[in-house]
Amino acid sequence: MVRSDRRRAALTYLLAAPFVLFALFPFVWMLITSLKQNRELYSLTQNPFLVRQGITWDHYRFLLERTDFPLWLRNSTIVAVVATLVSVIFALLAAYALARLRFAGAEGVATFVFIVYLVPTTLLFIPLARIVALLQLSNTLWALIVTYPAFIVPFATWMLMAYMANIPRSLEESAMVDGCTRLRALWHIVLPVARPGIITAALFAFTLAWGEFIYALTFISTSSVKTVTVGVVVDLIRGDVFYWGSLMGGALLASLPVVLLFSLFLDHYIAGLTAGAVKG
Amino acid sequence: MSAGPEFSGLAADTVTTRPSGGRVVRRESSMLKDETTPADAAVLSHLGAPRLAAGRVRLRHEVVTAWGFLAPTLLLLGLLAAYPLAYAVYLSLTSAQVGVAGRFIGAENFIRLAHTQIFTLTLWNTVWYTVLAVGIKLVLGLALAVVLAQPVPGMRWIRGAVLIPWVAPVSLSVLAWTWMFDSTYSVFNWSLSELGLIGSPIAWLGIPSLARFAVVLVNVWCGLPFFAINFLAGLMTIPRELHEAATVDGAGAVGRFRAITLPLLRPVLATVLLFSVVMTSSDFATVFVLTHGGPINTTQVLATLAFKLGLATGDLGQAAAISLYLFPVLVLATIVQVRLMRRTWQW
Repeated sequence: MVRSDRRRAALTYLLAAPFVLFALFPFVWMLITSLKQNRELYSLTQNPFLVRQGITWDHYRFLLERTDFPLWLRNSTIVAVVATLVSVIFALLAAYALARLRFAGAEGVATFVFIVYLVPTTLLFIPLARIVALLQLSNTLWALIVTYPAFIVPFATWMLMAYMANIPRSLEESAMVDGCTRLRALWHIVLPVARPGIITAALFAFTLAWGEFIYALTFISTSSVKTVTVGVVVDLIRGDVFYWGSLMGGALLASLPVVLLFSLFLDHYIAGLTAGAVKG
Repeated sequence: MSAGPEFSGLAADTVTTRPSGGRVVRRESSMLKDETTPADAAVLSHLGAPRLAAGRVRLRHEVVTAWGFLAPTLLLLGLLAAYPLAYAVYLSLTSAQVGVAGRFIGAENFIRLAHTQIFTLTLWNTVWYTVLAVGIKLVLGLALAVVLAQPVPGMRWIRGAVLIPWVAPVSLSVLAWTWMFDSTYSVFNWSLSELGLIGSPIAWLGIPSLARFAVVLVNVWCGLPFFAINFLAGLMTIPRELHEAATVDGAGAVGRFRAITLPLLRPVLATVLLFSVVMTSSDFATVFVLTHGGPINTTQVLATLAFKLGLATGDLGQAAAISLYLFPVLVLATIVQVRLMRRTWQW
């Protein structure tokens, strides 16, 4: 029995290895590239997997001192944090109403939210660019802070609805019989129980906002107002001159916040992915 | 169970008086089923009558609260999702340019597009891109899910590792792929030539067939975690006993997979497939960063062409029409998904 278990484990590792390699290789490559000196980076004769001439921090120094990269990181942080907060609050209220209050039209609203959740951002960026311009928000972080919740709230609402539906109604009803208002019952009874769901929703909101590309690319043109996903891809590449060392360093640094969150809250992410967070 | 009496009072009341009919009745009664024991129900029916008036007030109060709580979300989604979608449809029917309102021209944009070579090429690219990428993600996703379902030590770490491509910002990881496919310094070229498989470097992103392969590969890389994790969750819900019983009956691994796993996984398969078809056919970042639609538009997809036309030439009407060619896919996926959703979410 033990022997067959061990063989099974070995086989599993063997089968998992190519998938793990496939998944992680681009990140390993970012790291190796970002630490190499240019003359080694652009040498055709040397083994590209090795760093032979010593590690250099020049690419990171260039990124942090000579480009707008720190500004992009700051912009991404502001946009993602604010969009997450707004989205989670909106979604919490909406999910509570849809999952726990009895009113005619609940099903219709839930279906509407669900449909919006399927509409891809690439279908909306052209009309939204006009709306953003009309509101005089073009080229400001507000353009993103305002539009990101529109694609975050629908999925966050759905995710939270599933959590809220599982909370026993009697808990809350008894609080309300004791004279609590709805909002207080929500705050004191439902919130603590739904906390894992709220954390999951917030993590996904942050991850999606941090990685968003097409809105940020369309609504913002000034380098200093860009977010990191667009800044690195668009502004670090100038004509045919590629700074691959800094490009990969930037890609790695900018991926780090979300990957770090992910490693800290792995179980939340897995729960959220199976609740149908879109991106795939 | 202090909440009990209130509830059954409400239920008894609303079943007969509320105008919205069947739906509400179903909801109230299912609630009763969930939360009250038969003993409770017996007590409740006594208490029902005197509570009616209070119940109605509470109910009206609840309706107001519900719409109040929904207002911010409805306003947001109305203004920044429903309205822009309608606006996109309107734009597609006009000759609007950046800064120019344009006039109504009916379906002219759509018809003109269908006769342009670059558009038909793009449309086919999108179809192939979607079919291939979703197909590969499906097969690999199933395989990966089966591996991830094995209860071996350290599986948590393996699951975490294969999920990272999903978490990282797409545009940035695709940038790494761009570098790995570099015409001169590609790590793949170096490895292949060291292994003696190729004589001269391959221009991965410069040859149409290879560039098409590359965008599909990168899309698969990004989307595989979503497939695998959802299939894994599906696998976990299949009772072990079923597999054991089949084994006793002499079914092999392949037989069990086909007779038990696949049929029971069907709802998950359907949901994931539909989601992925919508997301893949509307993908933008992969193609935009990796190939910019090149060489000579052979990897151009609807989203990147819409972006190119809308922003480079400023032809908003055309651009809106291009992205709206995605609409049938969206409508189809929505109808099926809403049906599936209604089945799982009981009102």
